[in-house]
Amino acid sequence: MKFIKYTKKGIYCIPGKFYLDPWYPVDYAIISHGHADHARWGNKHYLCHNDSKAILKHRIGQDISIESMGYNAPKTINGVKVSFYPAGHIIGSAQIRLEYKGYVIVFSGDYKTQPDFITVPFEPVKCNEFITESTFGLPVYKWKTELELQTELQNWVLQNQQNNRTSVFLGYSLGKAQRIMKLVEDVDAIFVHSAIANLNDAISSSGNQLPASSLITTDFNKKDIQNKIVILPPALLGSKLLKRIPNAATAICSGWMHIRGNRRWKGVDAGFAVSDHADWDGLLEAVKATEAEKVYVTHGSQAVFSKYLNEIGIEAYELKTEYGEDELAKQDTLKTETVS
Amino acid sequence: MKDFSNLISAIEITNKTNAKIEAIVNYFKVAPDKDKLWLIALFTGKRPSRPVKSNLMKEWCMQITQLPEWLFLESYSSVGDLGETLALLLPNPENEIEKPLHVWIDELINLKSTTDAEKKEYVLKAWNGLRAQERLIFNKLIGGSFRIGVSKKTLVNALSKLSGIAANQLMHSIIGRWTPNTISFDDLLSGEHINYDNSKPYPFCLAYALEKELQDLGSENEWQVEYKWDGIRGQIIKREDEVFIWSRGEELVTQQFPEIVEAVSQLPGSFVIDGEILAIKDSAVLLFNDLQKRLNRKNVTKKLLEEVPVGLYIYDILEQNQIDLRQVSMVQRRNKLEELFTQNTSTILKLSEVIQFKKWDELDDLRNAARSFNSEGLMLKKKSSNYHVGRKKGEWWKWKVDPLTIDAVMIYAQKGSGRRSSKYTDYTFAVQNEDKLVTVAKAYSGLTDKEITEISRWVNKNAIEKFGPVRTVKPELVFEIAFEGIAYSKRHKSGVAVRFPRMKRWRKDKTVKDIDTIESVKALIEAN
Repeated sequence: MKFIKYTKKGIYCIPGKFYLDPWYPVDYAIISHGHADHARWGNKHYLCHNDSKAILKHRIGQDISIESMGYNAPKTINGVKVSFYPAGHIIGSAQIRLEYKGYVIVFSGDYKTQPDFITVPFEPVKCNEFITESTFGLPVYKWKTELELQTELQNWVLQNQQNNRTSVFLGYSLGKAQRIMKLVEDVDAIFVHSAIANLNDAISSSGNQLPASSLITTDFNKKDIQNKIVILPPALLGSKLLKRIPNAATAICSGWMHIRGNRRWKGVDAGFAVSDHADWDGLLEAVKATEAEKVYVTHGSQAVFSKYLNEIGIEAYELKTEYGEDELAKQDTLKTETVS
Repeated sequence: MKDFSNLISAIEITNKTNAKIEAIVNYFKVAPDKDKLWLIALFTGKRPSRPVKSNLMKEWCMQITQLPEWLFLESYSSVGDLGETLALLLPNPENEIEKPLHVWIDELINLKSTTDAEKKEYVLKAWNGLRAQERLIFNKLIGGSFRIGVSKKTLVNALSKLSGIAANQLMHSIIGRWTPNTISFDDLLSGEHINYDNSKPYPFCLAYALEKELQDLGSENEWQVEYKWDGIRGQIIKREDEVFIWSRGEELVTQQFPEIVEAVSQLPGSFVIDGEILAIKDSAVLLFNDLQKRLNRKNVTKKLLEEVPVGLYIYDILEQNQIDLRQVSMVQRRNKLEELFTQNTSTILKLSEVIQFKKWDELDDLRNAARSFNSEGLMLKKKSSNYHVGRKKGEWWKWKVDPLTIDAVMIYAQKGSGRRSSKYTDYTFAVQNEDKLVTVAKAYSGLTDKEITEISRWVNKNAIEKFGPVRTVKPELVFEIAFEGIAYSKRHKSGVAVRFPRMKRWRKDKTVKDIDTIESVKALIEAN
């Protein structure tokens, strides 16, 4: 790794004197996106994409020192040219491009190569070194297109309505929830949990349009909800709120749902493989498109993916990070968040 | 096959039996008769033999996808099911093939006698015409294993709901002799091919766990005390010289225990008896683990019969020569049973021993000693009791031995199967042996889903291996392991074998320094 190094606190840019998505508090943190395992509490100063700013303030604190910038609008920090490129993961997610003395390193953060209806699509960036995630780094992961998912989710809601059932989607409150809203928009009224509603407000405040939704509170009127669409964070599976929803049909939306064992594990009525991460082909395409001389593979299937890259002639190394190895870690973070 | 594929998806996703039954009923309402028959056949293990070896399918898939073998295997160990791995790895289909289930099955039956090249051509064409979920079903049809959480009992309940015919009669019908190509769906259900009068069972009489002091049960001489056994509780019916064995789960398991059928046939007259099927070798009762090897086999081979011989401990008699004895008292039923048994010549049938005792306080020692010969404890039955339906408080009590427990540390973790295939659910535990650790037990039950999820995440982070299905982990997580019995064993490296180990508690308050030593574990053998 030229001009960056791996430290206990996170990935550090030596000349720039800043960290990328650090997992311990530092002076200057550049944040790829708003998920809790990437944007952590306690940093003295934050730099993120414009659309992530309100999200970070909402999650970490209104009084944090934070600045933001758009995609492809470079800023120089201690001689290092820093710029953001769309990562296609969630609203406001960015790949972080660092250029120093003509050498380019790109940190992917989390990314998804397939376009959806809500996120600025992923853009490959040529570089010398590419640091890639590998959450779904096995060839069994192959996503459906957004149009196919739309049909699948909408048909499920319509079928539930025929059976007089209320459709409850469980998805992470930042990113997944908004994507689900977009996928089922106009089918029927959408109700969301307060954790999601708060994030929706933050997202809308930076000028992003979201489908209309109402808040579901603990004392909701059953008649209002019956046969409609409800979106809850995954931590609410098994909660009293969920139990009160009349004739609920529950579905988890997550890339892990691609595998039968995972669908069956949770005891829900359906599982949809709606992922905010790249699938196997997406990871390979992204890596190849960077034309990087060296690839560092972080969280997920780093052993498998880096071994395979080496076999197809791309120099790759594993990089152990503290980013969530699965979405369950995020659910826990969320739980503490809802309680406090 | 779309309907069938949707049915499988619907069944798999839910763990509610009623939802499964509803899905099956809905399928039966729309499917063609031949498909219905094949569904029953597949779900009850009447499957055609495998036409294509799984190795060939794996090879073809690797050729198509151009994946190296290690990556194929890595995918397989992550997915946990070969048919599903193949279905997911293959590229999206270019065509669409839609045929009813029975046509696919007939084609697969014919495929068996073709050459490998013809098989390849057929399978590749099918793969290229089916979407992932249907491709998975197709692969399962080839493999023939449909373990998707539908018991015979669930299937029978669905058929009963559909037809209004009694579930036990349907159980006899589907277990009976028939093939999908020689019977109609209606004839199968109405039982044209069977005589249900001969097989009709009674509901089992069950016991509650003892919840009072023995002294509060009243006088000692009002009670019959027997040993409790951990086998398959069975109702054995002999009517008109036909023998049927029903398990407590109301499944017909006659074919699994030919030696019991033979022994019971020797007894005179017609009767219905209640007993426990146990693995018994050299007159000693073996562990349930041993008996398990005999269960749910398609063929009970001669080798298996020799390896795990079974016997029957008889508890009760419910009917004799067409007379229902269930309202007759326990003592009288016992007398009739003993009388019938005087005619017994078989060595594998045994009357359950009635324990002689005078004072209640003699029983505790007897209960604790029960472990040493693989009994689970004692049964207390009121001498005046009828053979009642289901559980009834106050008449029959079970009084089990307390489990033994040790503290051990987890050293290996492995993914489960079926709905557990996404998590590390099967663990191996060790205790201290001087400065080393030695394996003492494998366990996979006793934890909540939440704990399993938490442990899986920990395993992901703390595993030493990066590839393959088994993960060696840092010896850090301590569990209280409960088990029913312990004995010296030459087959085990630790020198001990434990019976029915399970996780009683995750001891987050303990570290590897607090675990038992092999000496303290062995001391349990001496103490019991």
